[in-house]
Amino acid sequence: MAEIHLNKVHKSYGEDEVLHGIDWHIRDGEFVVIVGPSGCGKSTLLRMIAGLESITQGEISIGERVVNDLEPAERDIAMVFQNYALYPHMSVYNNMAYGLKIRGLPKDEIERRVKQTAEILEIGDYLKRSPRQLSGGQRQRVAMGRAIVREPSVFLFDEPLSNLDAKLRVQMRLEIKKLQQRLGITSVYVTHDQVEAMTLGHRLMVLNGGHVEQLGTPIELYERPATKFVAGFIGSPSMNFLDANISESGKSIEFSGGNALDIPQSLSSQANRRLTIGMRPEHLRVDESKSQTTAHTVHVVEHLGADTLVHGSFGNGGSDLTVRLNGIRTIDEGEVLPLAIDPKNIHLFDPESGKRINS
Amino acid sequence: MIEHRPMVTFVSHLVLIFGVAIIAFPIWITFVASTHEAARMVQIPLPLLPGDQFFNNLELTLFKGLQGAGAPPVGFMMVNSLVMALMIAVGKIAISLISAFAIVYFKFPFRMGFFWMIFITLMLPVEVRILPTFEVVANLGMLNTYWGLSIPLIASATATFMFRQVFLTIPDELLEAARIDGAGPMRFFVDILVPLSRTNIAALFVILFIYGWNQYLWPLLVTTDQSMYTVVMGIKQMLEAAEQSPDWHQIMMTSLLAMLPPVFVVVFMQRLFVKGLTETEK
Repeated sequence: MAEIHLNKVHKSYGEDEVLHGIDWHIRDGEFVVIVGPSGCGKSTLLRMIAGLESITQGEISIGERVVNDLEPAERDIAMVFQNYALYPHMSVYNNMAYGLKIRGLPKDEIERRVKQTAEILEIGDYLKRSPRQLSGGQRQRVAMGRAIVREPSVFLFDEPLSNLDAKLRVQMRLEIKKLQQRLGITSVYVTHDQVEAMTLGHRLMVLNGGHVEQLGTPIELYERPATKFVAGFIGSPSMNFLDANISESGKSIEFSGGNALDIPQSLSSQANRRLTIGMRPEHLRVDESKSQTTAHTVHVVEHLGADTLVHGSFGNGGSDLTVRLNGIRTIDEGEVLPLAIDPKNIHLFDPESGKRINS
Repeated sequence: MIEHRPMVTFVSHLVLIFGVAIIAFPIWITFVASTHEAARMVQIPLPLLPGDQFFNNLELTLFKGLQGAGAPPVGFMMVNSLVMALMIAVGKIAISLISAFAIVYFKFPFRMGFFWMIFITLMLPVEVRILPTFEVVANLGMLNTYWGLSIPLIASATATFMFRQVFLTIPDELLEAARIDGAGPMRFFVDILVPLSRTNIAALFVILFIYGWNQYLWPLLVTTDQSMYTVVMGIKQMLEAAEQSPDWHQIMMTSLLAMLPPVFVVVFMQRLFVKGLTETEK
């Protein structure tokens, strides 16, 4: 069990800086997720915690120790890799026992730990098999087993579910979550999948281009994204962004097509200013009363069973907009839907900096 | 291609049988010659069917050698050949494994320079550097020793290159997983890299054993002492025996014996051999 402190962590490859000063305090027993698009530096950051990449500048400490100059094996961590990285020539048992053997644990202790872990993960029947005789999901379990037997103070997961099919991914996601709750070991999980991030993490770090966009709980990120990037990244389908103006009075938002939306709090300080407005597809609804004059021309309808996704263009400006409606709806292409949204679900962003404007 | 034309089948079989005959006939003659007495082998026509002297000839060749030809018993030469071939095969594999390990997994100055230097030695087989190599071996006092026979043939670019390619296909994550498990470089090498290269090692062993066994020119140069003769060069020595006509029955028996070890190696290691050269899944 341990806390992890990241203190102004930088990483450069030659001239190229890929991480620009990351600060974070991960609490003991916490499950945190680092999420971001590919190339944002999330894996690099995880590998720096693991000790597989050097730290250019700054400090990482695990528990009480600064680990900058420690070998991976000395950091008391365990890592699960995307492609599992099981030793192909060793049996499942030996794969799990290898690290313990190197540490010089007595044979009966190794056996006890491996058996116990295998039981937790329900892989007891496969201990004598070689990894190539296992399915993807079973290999994934073995990889986790190899991490668990070490009884580390920190778990590191590097996109561990990316090689699994969709159904198995959902199942393993749940199991990882349960396992972490049960073992209570501090875990850092890297993924590009926002659903994994939202479901697994106590807290999330959204990384973009080596900068931290936002830190927070999944709900905080969903309800109050700090930047347009986070708003677009978290949530599926992703948030709609439209260009708009704040009216002179500061009490309504005017779209280019002449549509307008009232907002609850007056933003008179921002009056006459161009901004980007964000609305989540699930917050938009069809306005039966037709009190608002926002019109949406339907292009494509996707039926998901539980929901219906309506893609179309909004107003005269023709901005793309997606609406998520509950249940099965019969909507034809070309139909014009009057839309409404609860003003408290509107996100306003500065079009230049992408920062959130409304509180 | 699946066709049902009897003529095509007939002709293609004919071609195949003809091809096999061309390869097999000399070996058959060798075998036949090794089963007759010396006197029968100088009469014309040459026999095409085996005689009854096989075991006599075998005993004579293996343990007595060719009297008057200045050649030691063939059994003795075969031991020499075996030792040389094994030393070359094992030595080459050991050195190549270690040098490929260094080149792939360690960062040091001029790494690629060293790699290319090793690679360029492909252009310098023993035949090309025979004089300087002989001088080096002579100055080191290794003439007429097993070391002299094998060491100059051990350094090998092909094997180093092959192991480098094998190591490059092993995913980096394995190394990282091993590092997290606490394995140092040598443990990683012994516990993971070598077992994963097992089939490649076997394939290379087959190739190198035959290469070593069939060496002719180099043993001819560095061995002047009969006790160090190898079997492949021994055959040649037998032909030049004195003024008498060659003892074909014994020479052919020697050839037959010289053929056997490579055949055994190939037959017994065939499965691993094919796997090692074709298997890509790691």
